[in-house]
Amino acid sequence: MISEHQTQKKSNTRSLVNVIGASSVGTLIEWYDFYIFGSLATILATKFFPEGNSTAAFLSTLATFAAGFVVRPFGALFFGRLGDLIGRKYTFMVTLLLMGGATFLIGLVPDYETIGFMAPLLVLVLRLLQGLALGGEYGGAATYVAEHSPAEGRGFWTSWIQITATAGLFVSLIVILLTRTSMSKEAFDDWGWRVPFWVSILMVGVSYIIRRNMHESPLFAKVKAEGKTSTNPLKESFGNKFNFKFVLLALFGATMGQGVVWYTGQFYAMSFIKTVCNVDALQADGLMSIALLMATPFFVLFGWLSDRIGRKGIMLAGMLVALVAYRPIYERMYQATNLANKQEITAATIKDSVVMANPKVAEASIMTKTVKKEYTDGTKLTEVTKLKIAADPNAEPAKAEVKKTVSINDDDRWTLIWLVFIQVFFVTMVYGPIAAFLVEMFPTKIRYTSMSLPYHIGNGVFGGLLPAVATYLATGAKEANMAAEKASEALPYATPYLEGLWYPIIVAAVSFTIGLFYIKNRPVAAEE
Amino acid sequence: MNTIKRLLGLVWLGLAALSGYYGITALGIPKLTSGKTDDLVFGIIIVFVLMPIIVGGLVTFGLYALQGEYNDETN
Repeated sequence: MISEHQTQKKSNTRSLVNVIGASSVGTLIEWYDFYIFGSLATILATKFFPEGNSTAAFLSTLATFAAGFVVRPFGALFFGRLGDLIGRKYTFMVTLLLMGGATFLIGLVPDYETIGFMAPLLVLVLRLLQGLALGGEYGGAATYVAEHSPAEGRGFWTSWIQITATAGLFVSLIVILLTRTSMSKEAFDDWGWRVPFWVSILMVGVSYIIRRNMHESPLFAKVKAEGKTSTNPLKESFGNKFNFKFVLLALFGATMGQGVVWYTGQFYAMSFIKTVCNVDALQADGLMSIALLMATPFFVLFGWLSDRIGRKGIMLAGMLVALVAYRPIYERMYQATNLANKQEITAATIKDSVVMANPKVAEASIMTKTVKKEYTDGTKLTEVTKLKIAADPNAEPAKAEVKKTVSINDDDRWTLIWLVFIQVFFVTMVYGPIAAFLVEMFPTKIRYTSMSLPYHIGNGVFGGLLPAVATYLATGAKEANMAAEKASEALPYATPYLEGLWYPIIVAAVSFTIGLFYIKNRPVAAEE
Repeated sequence: MNTIKRLLGLVWLGLAALSGYYGITALGIPKLTSGKTDDLVFGIIIVFVLMPIIVGGLVTFGLYALQGEYNDETN
């Protein structure tokens, strides 16, 4: 009898591993598809948006990036409804194909110089399709895995789905890194950046074949066989006060805080290292990849732990330590790469200046000044200043574009790796248990719809807007300081580069407080 | 605990008003009126997406909390 029981248990575990493997691979690919756009934001800005101020071009891409996130809740509603009506399996097959197709097509869109405004328009439409697909995918995969898992191990098993978001970002960075290193910088800037988009179609093909053979979730199949599926999941989820109050609680007490911690630890950290610390893009991608890889196992650890001590405590502790630690962490990141703290080897400085004809304006020219500096600790700085010289000598001089690239030494690289690792560790605390937490809040018949919306508003809207809002706050502080300096007044901000962090800190603090008072450690069980 | 939960409802209502005011005056309007296309997109997202979610969501949440919807006996 015992042996029969053990054999059955082993067979169930094996079947669960297959379910999780097939679901996770597909979800990982969707995250990969979604994040290569963000990881390549800087280069996409130069390809698809009108030339001019580079910060404006960068913000444009962030806005498109945000648009991709903002549309996610609509995908959650559309595909969530489908998932609760016809089933989880078919719905997330559709989202996989939609995402793969849109990603591949982004890699084919000609740039702005070739087709003008059609280029950013097409990219925007495809980005919106990606957002819609992702909005449908995650809730489906999390629900599907949770509905296969035993209640006492739901945190552990769903944590494998939670890994996929960070793993997708990791794979995107690795693919970009491999593409960058396999060709010259010019070739990558010219066409090589398209390769990571094209690679997606192969991965989606493999995932489609794996997922095709999967069965419908047993809980949903049972509900469907009993004729108890919802006829109007949207109305039952959001028009029913009893359920809607839990949707709001999930959003404000959990996913909102989790979303900003996720995007600060992974995207804002990357953006800060590249654009504020001016670390070389290749080095930045490399160190981010190492930090992500080191922290990834903790998703499973915290998922497992949440089955034992409850989900609430772990998630809220993650938000609390994050909001307390962000400013010291970012100050340390800034100072580790601050050239004012380093000693320059003046004899090693190389200066070069070239004037070339401006290919876009007749009789105008571009002066490029390059300064290379070395520091005693091995840090290297390359500063390229481009100044457009108008054909008319009386014309107002254009503002010089300055691009700094800092190549950091090994010690500073490891300092940054550990500082990013700590942030991703916070992410694993808030994100590891959240799929199980959300699934347990809602009943089977409207679970896909009900859990997807707060998840994607929390992550897509609150989290997705983080880079744009934080950049705006930091830029505002920097400009205020510059204006004060010009007027010989005291500087209003001592650390303008840290001002952007107020957004995640405030949002996480509100979410922590709501979660602390209103969420129960053992959520309402929703097995039916 | 239930009394605290109810009273905190007032805090969420106040927070909704405060974030709506600052979100629109400090973030939304400056972006919408800057005259730059990029700012316009950002301003639209702030004013028409983020703010309604924050304000509408927190007002509803605050009202539910005040009505005792989140009290232990009703959960």
